[in-house]
Amino acid sequence: MGYSGFSTVTPQLSFKEMMFEAANMAYAQAGIEPRSEVDSFICCEEDLLEGISITDEYMPDQLGGAQRALCTISQDGLNGVIQAYMQIASGIADIVVVESHVKFSNVLSKRDLHSLAMDPYLERPFLGDGAPLVALEMRRYMHENGVSEESIAQVVVKNKTNGLKNPRSSYAANLTVDEVMRSEELWSPLKRSYVAQPADACVVAVLASYSKAKSISEQPVWIEGVGWFSESSWIGLRDFSRALYAEGASKMAYKMAKIENPSRAFDFVEVDDSIAFKELQHLEALGIYQKGKAAEATLKGETKEDGSMPVNPSGGSLSVGNLAETSGLARLLEAFELLKKKGYSRALVQSWRGVPTSTASVVVLGV
Amino acid sequence: MGRLDAGWHGCNNGEVKRLKFAGTPISPEEWRNESVFFKKEEFDLKYAWDTGYAIAKFLEGLKAGKILGVKCNRCERILVPPRMFCEKCFRKVDEWVTLRDTGTVNTFSVSYVNNDASRREKPLVVAVIEIHGASPGMGILHVLGEVEPSRVRVGMQVKAVWKPENERVGAITDIAYFKPIEVM
Amino acid sequence: MTLFRHRMLETGKEMAFEAARMALDSAGLERKDVDAVVLGSAPDAFDGFHMKGEQLLDGAGGFRKPYTRVFVGGGTGVFVPIAAWWHVASGLADVVLAVGEEKMSPLQPHPQYAFWTIFDQVLERPLGVTLLWIFALEMRRYMHVYNVSEEDIALVAVKNKANALDHPAAQLPARITVEDVLKSEPICAPVKRLDVSPTSDGAAAVVLASEELARKLTDTPVWITGVGWNVDTTYWTNRDLCYPEYLEKAARMAYKMAHITNPRKEIDFAEVYDPFDYKELHHMEGLLLAGKGEAPKLTREGVTQRDGDLPINPSGGLLGVGNPIAAAGVMKVAEVFWQLRGEAGKRQVKKPVNRGLAQAWGDLMQVGTVVIMER
Repeated sequence: MGYSGFSTVTPQLSFKEMMFEAANMAYAQAGIEPRSEVDSFICCEEDLLEGISITDEYMPDQLGGAQRALCTISQDGLNGVIQAYMQIASGIADIVVVESHVKFSNVLSKRDLHSLAMDPYLERPFLGDGAPLVALEMRRYMHENGVSEESIAQVVVKNKTNGLKNPRSSYAANLTVDEVMRSEELWSPLKRSYVAQPADACVVAVLASYSKAKSISEQPVWIEGVGWFSESSWIGLRDFSRALYAEGASKMAYKMAKIENPSRAFDFVEVDDSIAFKELQHLEALGIYQKGKAAEATLKGETKEDGSMPVNPSGGSLSVGNLAETSGLARLLEAFELLKKKGYSRALVQSWRGVPTSTASVVVLGV
Repeated sequence: MGRLDAGWHGCNNGEVKRLKFAGTPISPEEWRNESVFFKKEEFDLKYAWDTGYAIAKFLEGLKAGKILGVKCNRCERILVPPRMFCEKCFRKVDEWVTLRDTGTVNTFSVSYVNNDASRREKPLVVAVIEIHGASPGMGILHVLGEVEPSRVRVGMQVKAVWKPENERVGAITDIAYFKPIEVM
Repeated sequence: MTLFRHRMLETGKEMAFEAARMALDSAGLERKDVDAVVLGSAPDAFDGFHMKGEQLLDGAGGFRKPYTRVFVGGGTGVFVPIAAWWHVASGLADVVLAVGEEKMSPLQPHPQYAFWTIFDQVLERPLGVTLLWIFALEMRRYMHVYNVSEEDIALVAVKNKANALDHPAAQLPARITVEDVLKSEPICAPVKRLDVSPTSDGAAAVVLASEELARKLTDTPVWITGVGWNVDTTYWTNRDLCYPEYLEKAARMAYKMAHITNPRKEIDFAEVYDPFDYKELHHMEGLLLAGKGEAPKLTREGVTQRDGDLPINPSGGLLGVGNPIAAAGVMKVAEVFWQLRGEAGKRQVKKPVNRGLAQAWGDLMQVGTVVIMER
């Protein structure tokens, strides 16, 4: 895998140059020559985040994909990995490259942009850039599960502390629960410190079929299960107390990976924490903790880096930054590296496409 | 892909019509008369794109009255517009080259519409111009001026007409247009 | 599929629903039988939505299901079935619903305007570029290199609009002459009004199933035997626009999969992407269905008519039926399906057909997407 950027601004590189850097890193690591060895390329972007319509047009050259089978999906980077998996499993490709990037620093009208993702008649007038929606969900989640604000603040403390060791973090910090809870209230009960701040980054992953992977790498990381799921675009149809979309995605992935007891199956998990309470909600949806128990476990320290169930040892989006569609792929990068570095055997990576969506992808990794 | 008799729909005037394929077209009159519900919103999405290293240098060159290209030593192509890497060889380019500000028209068109489909007052001649000094086929998009649209030909030789130095800002529009070179 | 019209009352979600429902009905399936949904839709700029894939998911049948949106510009319409294909071929899904939807009408004052944003922000947009420019530039180059006349090209518009008279969902069917085309209002010379397909709203859907299941569902399944796609370099001004190399590569990818060595003989008919009339000729050559510069001759000789040896666009194509970008490509796949099953009614081509091809194009003269279908 390769990456570039991972900072709050990247003025020295255009997005094409950022992609070229990340791709070169990935190809060097995999020891492959893209012009002759890569069968397919998948880019994961949203037009309006780029400020270009038909972003697909600007993808090929810097990945080595000119005059190659390349496509763009309007889904997040982790879903791109799943599409690549299917391409390989279908036999049409042996080596597939997945890329995603974001340059939030280039998007000046973030608020307007996010409001454009809402239904214009029923939602946009009330929900602005989506923050109120998140707040509504947060309150419902806390109410139904008896979750204290302290436990949510503890997620922030834990992840930002974890991030201090991660060179890719833009927002790591040494904070106390008190400091976190004193931050500005945006829409009650949502506070500014609970929301991951934007950053720029590009991540590239090289996937290969079983036989090709063995010939390329001494220690490949295997994909044992994949799943993805969307609830609904209609907010009123969603269950605010649980992340059904993550549940659905994980069920599919666990079935494939033959996992019956997810709470004991993984050495660590990287789940979406772009809004702090979501980490707890996602952990429960993924079956890592029973409903309502993730908060307690967090307060007890179980989810710390050296705890019994490390959650987001990378520091998560709260540390690395909100990378929009690239977040999931960035988490995959963290899991990929950590699995190899610490000699672990299995990890779970989950992504969420962010407000106002209810779409998630899940990948089970094994070594 | 569908029973040919699928679909019943209610229309604005209360009538129920049976259609072969679903869909309720709205005529331009209905739209203008606002006889259907709709909502108007205007968005102004602002972006500030980092041009990156290669384009920034190209724009600096334009400000200085020069067209710059880059060379890839492996495929030996000279590329314009310049880029940090050669897409054919997938490697960083090796050097910057100053190209001539003349070129050959590879293809052209005469546009009578603006980009919002409204009619232009005066037609605009646009062209892909292969820049002399770059590899064959290396063109850039620009407009032609000081020429009758009916006299433009593929293969015509043209030269850049630069804006005065104090008006150049480092943009593709620092070249106002390309004009034909007189045949001697 | 839905009707294709310039502006429709239905929202994107509603159109996607109509098309998806129709497809499921025709397959005798319910939403619960669907394992995954793939949707295709072109630029979000038209609808004024960010992440419009998420907005459309309920209409496309993606409620509480694995759902993905794919997007390769104009090539999307044929790419959606390709993506759906790999869902099934990978073994992860048995039934996949592939939906193409487009709602171009919301953009004011005219959908054309969105196309300004597909161009390079620094080097091209300041010139006031429109999509029409590159089509016109490409048309001129094609005409120049192969000595093709505007009359030859106009024949395609005449054929397709006439073919569209028999398509119940068509937006602009018409009986016109070459003279009408030549006299029509010049938009961006050499492109004239009747050379261009309209902007439209519409949706279309197809259902893909695994081999075992397909045989249970119908006595006459149509198989996807070849898929291919390819994207060329962003630098379109560095390419010779007279020939679509990327399309040839995409076609070869599909032909290889389908074990086709002589496309001209082995493909019985084709639905070729025709947003502009000259594009049909351009693409026929890129697909290796005609030699370079030869497509106009085949057209003049009537070979590409419905009663010819190589019918092209018996549906009426984009020129006749309409161009709601992603839906148009799926419409072509649907047409190949109907033709292969003998269900195309008045549009049925004269010769018996076993193998057809659907193709779409997109981006900055960059994307070729190809699907080969057989009985």
